[in-house]
Amino acid sequence: MNRYPRWIYVTIAVALALGLLYTLPNFFGEAPAVQVSTARTTLKIDSTVLGRVEDALKKAGIQPTGVFLDINSVKVRFADTDTQLKAKDVINQALNPDPQDPSYTVALNLLSNSPAWLAAIPIIPARPMYLGLDLRGGVHFLLQVDMRAALSKQLDSYVGDIRSQLRDKNVRHAGIARESNGIAIQFRDSETRDRARTLVAEQFPDLQLADAGADSELRLIASIRPEAQKRIQETALKQNIQTLHNRINELGVAEPVIQQQGLDRVVVELPGVQDTAKAKEILGRTATLEVRLVDEDAMRSNSTINVDVFPERRRDGSVSNVPTRKQVLLTGDRFTGAGATFDQHQQPAVSINLDAAGGRVMLGVTRENLGHLMAIILFERGKGEAISVAKIQGEFSNRFQITGLFTPEETNTLALLIRAGSLAAPMEIIEERTVGPSLGAENIKKGFDSTIYGFAALSLFIIAYYAVFGVFSALALCSNLLLLVALLSMLQATLTLPGIAAIALTLGMAIDANVLINERVREELRGGATPQAAIHAGYERAFGTILDSNVTTLIAGLSLLIFGSGPVRGFAVVHCLGILTSIFSSVVVSRSMVNLTYGSRRRLERVPIGNTSWK
Amino acid sequence: MEFFKIRHDIPFMRHALAFNVVSLVTFLFAVFFLATRGLNFSIEFTGGTVIEINYEHAADVEKVRKALDARGYNDYSVQNFGSSRDILIRMPLKTGQNNADLSKSVMEGLTADDKTAKLQRVEFVGPQVGEELAWNGALALFVTAIGIVLYLWVRFEWKFGVAAIIANLHDVVIILGFFALFQWEFSLPVLAAVLAVLGYSVNESVVIADRIRENFRKMRKASVTEIIDNAITRTISRTIITHGCTQTMVTSMLVFGGPALHYFALALTIGICFGIYSSVLVMAPIVRWLGIRREDLVKPLKEKKQEAVI
Repeated sequence: MNRYPRWIYVTIAVALALGLLYTLPNFFGEAPAVQVSTARTTLKIDSTVLGRVEDALKKAGIQPTGVFLDINSVKVRFADTDTQLKAKDVINQALNPDPQDPSYTVALNLLSNSPAWLAAIPIIPARPMYLGLDLRGGVHFLLQVDMRAALSKQLDSYVGDIRSQLRDKNVRHAGIARESNGIAIQFRDSETRDRARTLVAEQFPDLQLADAGADSELRLIASIRPEAQKRIQETALKQNIQTLHNRINELGVAEPVIQQQGLDRVVVELPGVQDTAKAKEILGRTATLEVRLVDEDAMRSNSTINVDVFPERRRDGSVSNVPTRKQVLLTGDRFTGAGATFDQHQQPAVSINLDAAGGRVMLGVTRENLGHLMAIILFERGKGEAISVAKIQGEFSNRFQITGLFTPEETNTLALLIRAGSLAAPMEIIEERTVGPSLGAENIKKGFDSTIYGFAALSLFIIAYYAVFGVFSALALCSNLLLLVALLSMLQATLTLPGIAAIALTLGMAIDANVLINERVREELRGGATPQAAIHAGYERAFGTILDSNVTTLIAGLSLLIFGSGPVRGFAVVHCLGILTSIFSSVVVSRSMVNLTYGSRRRLERVPIGNTSWK
Repeated sequence: MEFFKIRHDIPFMRHALAFNVVSLVTFLFAVFFLATRGLNFSIEFTGGTVIEINYEHAADVEKVRKALDARGYNDYSVQNFGSSRDILIRMPLKTGQNNADLSKSVMEGLTADDKTAKLQRVEFVGPQVGEELAWNGALALFVTAIGIVLYLWVRFEWKFGVAAIIANLHDVVIILGFFALFQWEFSLPVLAAVLAVLGYSVNESVVIADRIRENFRKMRKASVTEIIDNAITRTISRTIITHGCTQTMVTSMLVFGGPALHYFALALTIGICFGIYSSVLVMAPIVRWLGIRREDLVKPLKEKKQEAVI
């Protein structure tokens, strides 16, 4: 009656073994490490960088305990913090010969001490739980992107476009004005308006048009179509995230998190960063892109008087200097978009959009400097680099292309660089959380202490009260903890202080299932059932109740997960996972222990579950 | 070991009226405090800035106030947090004030006075976020309540769903009442605790409802009152042991968890204590008054039951 088929034991054994395997990395703690990532968008991390790091360390006689290469970074692990600090300087000197213009970010970090084979497990590598900022210290920002400004910028640039289109096609209007949500074009007669409507509808499919006014005060109202609005907003958000990525590189943060949240928000998490003022300053900067004219006289004479000189990386890897005039024609905030495209000869090109003011400037500049060179300079870490030097081949305003000997990959990179230098829409910090590293460590200790002491007290009581069945219950609770931690490690869910509290609370609630079972077994025994029948009935009858009560708890957990944010979400994730693991461990795991111990005994005289002799 | 040697059913239902009056009075008190004093919402809901600072020695709150006054801040509160060496400064949102630089400016003022002042934590929440959080919190509470009623309706009977949710929302209101009475800070973790308690207390109601259903099948001749009394009596030991166990964990959090978990654990404690009372002594009488009958629970399951008995 109380026997499980073999496959259930095997399943439990496999589950527990996997649980142990994935919990394991958490026991090893973390070791000091140095992380090298690229500081320039144009540089990639590869095995040559790894080689340079290793060489530098060998020369300095520093022995790392592990060297790792992944897509974005090289990580080197050390035995202690002193070596880590020494190694950081050594690596920094080797990779960045010019400290004023570093090519790589060398940052201190912590790496898990767990053996490499754990992280090398295929499909789901075993890694320690991912600690939230409240546990490891750092800065969290929530940025709101001003989408109305993004749309407004776009409308501004349409005003210029429409004006030049109408002029080109000789359509006489009586004025173009920006209104709150659209553009109003005035006409004197309806015939001209009809022509203009056809023209605008043809040239700007993203605009929707409506007639207004009467008699000689005819107007055409253009506004951006909803689907185009959505697209503009999405691109704006993506571009801002890209820009943030580049800027955060400047901070030298080991593992920054930059994520979209909802339709118009960006979460930025910088573990380990203490200097919030600097972080805010860097995040808030608007333009890091400049357009200047190349000083061709200086270029010929190699003179550096009265010019700014910027390096330009050539395709063959060589670097040449580009002298430019001091005057800045445009900055990044005038750019509304940049993308890879093809020109009329089907050659790869980069298309660039400017806003209305930028377009006006560009028109003047190109008219006067036809045939001359123009440079686009991207500033990173206060250092400029010419990312494009191109000859002005025509008069243009807010929409133009950069063509030349490009491959499609190069056009992509250039478009990315241009986008990186400009924010598509202004952003505002609407939430900030800074946690010092000492507070983080304290939080871990407090959360850990409350779980351990509570768990110990709980186990002692349950064992005292339910005797051997209490031991089973306590062991089931242990397996619950094991599986929960393993699950959290596998999913790499962020563990926060409320998350640790949820572990403790989940354990405290999970014991309910075992209490229900044990009470039921006692009751059956008192009712005169034989020991085997009592165990069987206890588990069978309690199961329905356990399921019902866990489902109701899960309902609360899920709605927290859906509607909660920040600390609540950390709580909810653990709570929900904990409910799932607790059903398994308190019913299946504890039953398997009972079955293994008592199931095979033909004559079970009594069940050691505490006092049941009273009537 | 056995704490509960109850040989006869305890006539809970005989005193149902008294219990209900007690809970009604507590409930009304809670509502009264909520209405008059209101909840002391944390800046997560109201927006504003909180700065936690650690000193190497006991912090001089007066001196901190003076330093803040000198910097031209007026609408702030300073208090000790956790220990005498930690202080917490709270500042409301203000238009025209650069919130991003607030913590920097405050720290400059304080370190000028005392070099050992160390920034532990800054939390800034803009006005857009706070409103959203409050709204989402209310929504989460609402969805949970509806979800639980629906589940209990499907699994048992609508009368159980309604009774359970009345009993447990009454717990929620009482927890909120405590927070209003003592003006404890109502933060996001507290909200999480309230919802966790809601889910947890419903467990109680489920356990008792299960027993009532089982009794309707077994005790064919018993009256509804006897059936409910028996169900409560036979589950009371489980109820108290389980709550004791959960409370052990929560107490451990209260003792070792530090200030960050304090109100979270406190909300759980109140919820657990009132949870025992409400699900046993509020839910069951309501079910009876809603007119639960044997036919409500037994009929659809009769066939299945017979199959299961071998």
